[in-house]
Order: sequence, then C-alpha cells, then structure tokens
Amino acid sequence: MEALKTNIGDLQLKNPVMTASGTFGYGTEYSDFFDISKLGGILVKGTTLHRREGNPYPRMAETPSGMLNAVGLQNKGVDYFVENIYPEIKDIDTNIIVNVSGSCIEDYVQTAEIINHLDKVPAIELNISCPNVKQGGMAFGVTANGAAEVVKAVRRVYDKTLIVKLSPNVTDITEIAKAVEAQGADSVSLINTLLGMAIDSERRKPILSTITGGLSGPAVKPIALRMVWQTYKAVKIPIVGIGGIMTAADAIEFLLAGATAIEVGTANFIDPAVCSKIVDGIADYLNRHNIPSVKDLIGALEV
Amino acid sequence: MFCQPILLSLHTIKYIAMKKYQLDLKVVDNVMVGKSASLLTLTHSEPLPPMQAGQFAELLVDKAQVLLRRPISIHNVNRNNNTVEFLIQIVGTGTKELANLKKGDSLNVLLPLGNGFDFAGSVNPLLIGGGVGVAPLLYLGEEFKSKGITPTFLFGGRSKEYLLRLESFEAVGRVYATTEDGSFGEKGYVTNHSLLIDGDKFDKIFACGPTPMLKAVAAWAKEHETACEVSLEHKMACGIGACLCCVEDTKDGHVCVCKEGPVFSIDKLLWKL
Repeated sequence: MEALKTNIGDLQLKNPVMTASGTFGYGTEYSDFFDISKLGGILVKGTTLHRREGNPYPRMAETPSGMLNAVGLQNKGVDYFVENIYPEIKDIDTNIIVNVSGSCIEDYVQTAEIINHLDKVPAIELNISCPNVKQGGMAFGVTANGAAEVVKAVRRVYDKTLIVKLSPNVTDITEIAKAVEAQGADSVSLINTLLGMAIDSERRKPILSTITGGLSGPAVKPIALRMVWQTYKAVKIPIVGIGGIMTAADAIEFLLAGATAIEVGTANFIDPAVCSKIVDGIADYLNRHNIPSVKDLIGALEV
Repeated sequence: MFCQPILLSLHTIKYIAMKKYQLDLKVVDNVMVGKSASLLTLTHSEPLPPMQAGQFAELLVDKAQVLLRRPISIHNVNRNNNTVEFLIQIVGTGTKELANLKKGDSLNVLLPLGNGFDFAGSVNPLLIGGGVGVAPLLYLGEEFKSKGITPTFLFGGRSKEYLLRLESFEAVGRVYATTEDGSFGEKGYVTNHSLLIDGDKFDKIFACGPTPMLKAVAAWAKEHETACEVSLEHKMACGIGACLCCVEDTKDGHVCVCKEGPVFSIDKLLWKL
C-alpha cells in the first residue's frame, strides 16, 4: 500500500511499523501468528561480538501498566548469528535490522563490521545503553561524549543505515541526539527502557536478580512521546519512536510527535499479532482522515 | 524453530501439528476447586488444535491492572466435548480475574505452547504432583490410560484441602497421597511415601509442583536410577521464546522454560541435589 510507505534516510519501509529489539526474537518465533513480512522492519535481538549468557533468573517483574526486565543481552554472538540465524531469516520480505550491543568500543566496531558484509541487512541499530566496562561500567549513551565516541568509531566501518538507540536515563536526551547526529548517525530511535526497580515487601528482597532493570510498556509512553517531541525539534535526522505502543492510535501519536517510524515492543508479549493490527489501523486512520501518505503525519502535531 | 510442519486433519479444519494458535475460546464452565483454585473449561467453535500433555497456554486477562498473559498448564483435553481444561491456583489479581470468568465469556488464549512430557516408552509410570502442580498430570494420566496403561499418581499437599481433584485422578489411575499435617494419606512429603520403599518398580517419573519438591523427587530418581522429567514454572512474559525472561540454567546454558520446557529431563538441569 503506497500510502504507508516511508523511509529512514536511504532505508525504504513498506510501512512505519517495526518490532523492538529483544521483544520479537528473530521474527520466526512470531510467524505462527501472522505473516511477518507485513512488517516495515524487524529489529532482531541484541547481538554482541561474543556469546553472552545474560543475567540469572529472575529477569522479569510485572509492574503497573509495565514490566521490568533484566535479560542482560543473552545471545550466542555475532558469528553464530551470521552462520545459523541469518540464512533462515534473510529472505523474509522485510527489513532485517540487527541491534548491535557491546561492552567496549572495539566490540561494537568489530560486530558492526561483520554485519556490514550481510547483503540482506540494510541497517543496524546501535544500542548505546550498554555499560562501558573500560570506563567503570557507566553506559556509553548517558553522556554526549560517550555516545559520540562509539558512533564515530562505528560510522567509520559501517556504510549502510546507522540508527542509534538512545537511553532515556539522561538529563537531556536532545544533547545526546545532537551528539550522535554530528557523528554521522542516519537516525535515532528512542526510547530504550527506563531504569526501574521492583521489591517484594513480604520477603524484603528485590524481585530481579540484578536488583534494577529496564521498564517498558504503556507506563513509559508519555515519557517516550515527550522525548520524541523534544528530539524532533532538536535534530534533522529521522526519528524512530519507541515506548509503550500497544495500538495504532499509540503509533500515530508518535508519528505526530515527530517519529518517521515506530517500534512495537512489550505489546508483542500480550498480543503476538499486534503489529499486524497496528499496520491495518494506521491504514484505516489515513483513510478516515483523507491523508494521502503516512509521511504527512510526521511531526504534524498541531500546537 | 524451523522444522517442517505436519498437517493434521481434525474434522473440518486443518491444524498444523504443534503450530501455535491465538484463539478466542468460550467459557463452558468455571468452578472453584478446594479453597483457592478454579477449574476453567473452555471450548471453541472449531475443533481445538492438537495439544500434548505437559504443554501450556497463555491466557489473556482482560483487566487494565494486568498487563501480561498468565501461563497455565493444560489440565485436560476432551476431544468428544471439544473442551480444554485449566486448573488455576488463585494467587493474585490476574488469576483471580480468570477465576471470575462466567459461562459464555470469551477468553483469548495462545496454545499449545512449550514441549510436553516424553511418555512414549514408559509402561509403568509414576506421576508426582504437589499442590496445583497436579494440573498437567491429569492429561498425562489420560494419555497413559488411553494406551491401556494404568498410571500411579502420588500427590503431596500441606493438608487435605490442598489435594485437588482426587476423584478425577482416581478415575484414571491409582492415587496415593501425603500431607504435611497428616490430614489425608501418609504424613510427610511425597518422597517419604511408603510407595517409594520398593523404589525400582517404576520405569519413569513425571513430576510437577514446587521447586523444593521437584528437587527432592529428582534426587530420589537419581539415587534409584529412574528416568525423570519435571515441569517447571518460571515467571514468563511472551510464552514463545522471544523475551528470554523465563530462563533456567541448564547444561546448554540459559534456556527458555517456555520454549525448551516447561518439561525438562532432570539430566539436563544443573540442580545441586
């Protein structure tokens, strides 16, 4: 459908609906529930240079209108991805985008270089919310300098569409967005999860093995919308909106706030076919409002 | 993940074996069992898809305060009535809401999820359940019964009222029980039951219940060199192996209980017994 087409720089999307990394596996987990080639893109789960076992159980706590997770980037490493996963998903007729994570700059660079060689992966999403083990464990993405440094290094080796996923656990997200834009990022996606915590009062213990974790779901949507709106006014590169999107109306809110495309995360756990419904819902909205293209919604908030 | 589907024909529509379905099922019946469990019976306008004993479903709780689905074991499947049953322990808002469903209500369900028990080679099985952990054992017992094998059940609970649906199990096999307070069956834990004194008569144990009980059963099975499968219950979000929240540490590293389990051979687990 022509009206739903959009693009993130050179990356063409059949519609603005993508799946958030870590919530959709490698896509195939969901193929029983709907035709996943209907999606604008699939952000496959966070991939690191080396295999990671992730954090101990328990990794999840349900919270009011949300959930906390502390998976810890469990994945089998980029080589396993290239050899075993990529061949199975490369021919799915959608954009397969790899979310790249790392614990030091060299790891990000090497992983991005390897992914750069995969013909059917037109973009990466750089997760800069990971702790920098060489800098005392502070996340790259919480300072403008830290974010800029990793984007600059990856940009040198990665020549396709580079999306940088921003952490909301910062004082001013627009400073980080501007810093990564200046280093050649093609797009920013926001927001990653908000740092949170859950306690079992009866046992007087934290629920998560890691004590703190990342909050997602409808609870974070107002914060995500605000940050997309602020970032839209601060940068020229396209924005991918993420945070508590459960319905087509939620997705449209993000477009109106300035997002070019959106990612659906936690909602996939509740309705595995939700993305299909969101694509249809956006098409229906365009029809109802006689809007010729979804691109006309980007930043069209009337204030 | 990428295996070839096998087409099964059930009446009018074709289901793919072990493909996962999202269905709006209808409540046929929902009754309290004991003081804190409910027995929910659901049906569908079409024949229900294939399901295996030990698999589970993700039930959608239609309430603003409850975000995630509730993973619940398949308790029994009745092909003649085209119904599937869930035995649900009421522990919080979500399960309370499921217990409040009324006849005729609609419930969105993902099923069948996970892997069932591997019972093909067993001819003298022992099915051990603790509390609401008896849930998947009724369907498993029915599977044995349909093959002409009378299964032995051994159930444990804090007291008599925690032993659920005994009469249904008695219709399927021999039932033995222990209670911690001695109010029914033998006093003590399942692994202390006199049935286990002559321990090597069973060729395989299938167990579901609280983790301390499962570990005690696993230790007994190891000691007596008896094959043993346990069904684990972990906090879950997606139920289909995407979110990686429900992991168990195994010989293969962290694996999802929802996808690689919920049934595991004890040989695969890293439990210190």
